[in-house]
Amino acid sequence: MSKTVNIMLAGVGGQGVLLASEVISKSALKEGYDVKKSEVHGMAQRGGSVVSNVRFGEKVYSPLIAEGEADILLAFEKLEALRWIKYLNKDGIIITNTQRIDPLPVANGKVDYPDDVMEQLENTGHKIISVDALTAAREAGTQKAINTVLLGALVNYTDMSAEVFEEVIKESVPAKTVDINTEAFQAGLNSV
Amino acid sequence: MKELLSGNEAIARGAYEYGVNVATAYPGTPSTEILENIVNYKEDIYCEWSPNEKVSMEVAIGSAFAGARSLVAMKHVGLNVAADPFMTLSYTGIKGGLVIVSADDPSMHSSQNEQDNRHYARFAKVPMLEPSNSQEAKDMVGDALEISEEFDTPIILRTTTRISHAKTIVETGEREEKEVPEEFEKDPDKFVMVPANAKKRHPVIEERMDKLKEFAEKTSLNNIEWNEKDIGIITGGVAYNYAKEVFPEASVLKLGLTHPLPEKMIKDFANEVETLYVIEELDPFLEDQIKAMGIDVIGKDKLPVTFEYNTKVLRDNLIEEDNDEKETEVATEEAEDLPQRPPALCSGCPHRSVFYTLNKLGVTVTGDIGCYALGVVPPLSAMDSVVCMGASIGTAHGVELALGESAKGKVVGVIGDSTFMHSGINGLLDIVYNKGASTIVILDNRITAMTGHQENPTTGKTLMGEKTPKIDLEELSQALGVNSVRVVDPYKLDETEKTIQEELDKDEISVVIARRACALLKSVKIEPPYTVDTEKCINCGQCLELGCPAISQGDGHAVIDDYLCTGCGVCVQVCPVDAITKDGDSNE
Repeated sequence: MSKTVNIMLAGVGGQGVLLASEVISKSALKEGYDVKKSEVHGMAQRGGSVVSNVRFGEKVYSPLIAEGEADILLAFEKLEALRWIKYLNKDGIIITNTQRIDPLPVANGKVDYPDDVMEQLENTGHKIISVDALTAAREAGTQKAINTVLLGALVNYTDMSAEVFEEVIKESVPAKTVDINTEAFQAGLNSV
Repeated sequence: MKELLSGNEAIARGAYEYGVNVATAYPGTPSTEILENIVNYKEDIYCEWSPNEKVSMEVAIGSAFAGARSLVAMKHVGLNVAADPFMTLSYTGIKGGLVIVSADDPSMHSSQNEQDNRHYARFAKVPMLEPSNSQEAKDMVGDALEISEEFDTPIILRTTTRISHAKTIVETGEREEKEVPEEFEKDPDKFVMVPANAKKRHPVIEERMDKLKEFAEKTSLNNIEWNEKDIGIITGGVAYNYAKEVFPEASVLKLGLTHPLPEKMIKDFANEVETLYVIEELDPFLEDQIKAMGIDVIGKDKLPVTFEYNTKVLRDNLIEEDNDEKETEVATEEAEDLPQRPPALCSGCPHRSVFYTLNKLGVTVTGDIGCYALGVVPPLSAMDSVVCMGASIGTAHGVELALGESAKGKVVGVIGDSTFMHSGINGLLDIVYNKGASTIVILDNRITAMTGHQENPTTGKTLMGEKTPKIDLEELSQALGVNSVRVVDPYKLDETEKTIQEELDKDEISVVIARRACALLKSVKIEPPYTVDTEKCINCGQCLELGCPAISQGDGHAVIDDYLCTGCGVCVQVCPVDAITKDGDSNE
């Protein structure tokens, strides 16, 4: 029986985390896997940390990834990578956007944003793949395409096909942004 | 067709496939998307947002009395609001099947408490189903309607956040149409609950429970997955999934019908297994009843009553030798020590300036349920209480009564437009009637925002997209007897402060309507962003006190993020040196 693959997505409200987890889940469905995806809506979406759990395999029960279980942590912001790292299993890898988004207490000057986030990530011994998704997304045409850049990077580390991902992205994004998102996805795919 | 659906989408699909004719709700996380998806089937299902859950329930009751298959959905605390009609609905029973979806929120992801609504099934003496994934959520709408009609009872379909908002694979089917009678069939002995009739109905309800207990023994909703017998697990709902993953070798009695319980089935199962666990989130609902059957189980003595479960919770508490090797030992800062990223009012949120003003005025603020509960978050820090939908107004009155003269001109109740429609009106009526003098601020952002932009009686549109008369908050307040009703644009700081202060100074109840549409509404035009003139900025931090996500502390000056800034201009008004302008160079 194939092992269940656990991908945890972490980011900041408004970054398109939920659309990204939707794309992964639908791609896994198309690939014939059993899939579960879980996240919370409501209060958590108002600029706070956003986390989505995607699990696929032959048979998936729990909709949640427990601490120490994630194979891949796909972080949309580097501090969020650090925040959720305990969910990785010991061979788990981190794919992180190098972007920094200041949480409100930092923006207000009440606390400092750690200046060694990437170093701390490196020190964990986990394999780190860093992606400048913000720049790639802007080059593709909009900052909003950060999520598709990261999906491109992610595909390289799964057994799923980039074609299926791209197909699902085309079905999932607004019609007028299909070209931008396709370009962003390709940029991500080729970034690693 | 196989689709990836959330539990909520699946319930909506179930309502469609199993011939529901009428569906009602008041939005509330994690239940909101049920009706938002049912509206996709509006050719076949009439659906509405009601002003509150009690009304939703009553509409569904009427429709079920008339013989239509009906569904009413709400978050767990919504059932508190609807409990009055619900408790007596148990006595009347129904004619057309009636499903009450209660979406509970263990861990309080977006709620003020994590009450376990399974108790309502026992309390009201009605059956209850609990799905463990989206497929079951869809199928159980059909099962629930059949049970409802067969046993003449309303039925609870209880979900939790991880069922409502988790997407899993669902096989969808076609709609089975149910005929609705042409006329209301009179049956006062059943439907008119005057004491004489209610007395006749109560024994009927007890008999119904006995019949349901027999049904529970034979329904395929409850089933045993036999495996090794050293460990047996009784579980249901989302917890089933965690149990299956942590104890793949165990035998499992999975309960889909969690009220009433199949006593014989449970006893037989218990007799077959060596160690028996009951695995359920929140209260020992199953466990207490199973223990009352004289069966020894391991449950809440080891597992927590608080918060939602996952596989780690089960492993840590039920498996003696903790499998530490699975966990990552990393030399990072403890996650708790990292800067927190709390949710905040969005940039351009019209509520921000109201809380900034209330903080500045140093008043006591009784709050309410909605996005604006975030008014409690620093630096705004302008909310002193939040209890439940509509509570702000009565609570303001109570604070004023308790403190007497010293509270004069210092108590403000803050409530959103939709929450005011939900259950604020009665509170206002109370203050008028009992001659209170609080100032009530209605944050009218033209939509039910917190749950993702639902229409409400003040917006002029229905769930089904039809135009409808708008309730006028000024006229309504005046009709309730409030003499002093003012409207302000919260983007205008001075005007907002002056108006609230003037109303606080009055020795009578007043209503200030702070009117400005939610900045996230598609109809709202986003203005060009502002920028900080770094030459002029004296780094005083005044603009940071607004708690706007677009403004941050830069190197020696404030910085405005041109992607997040909506150009609302509130920060311009707090800057003492006019350093925030639209003229300077943007960051691009």
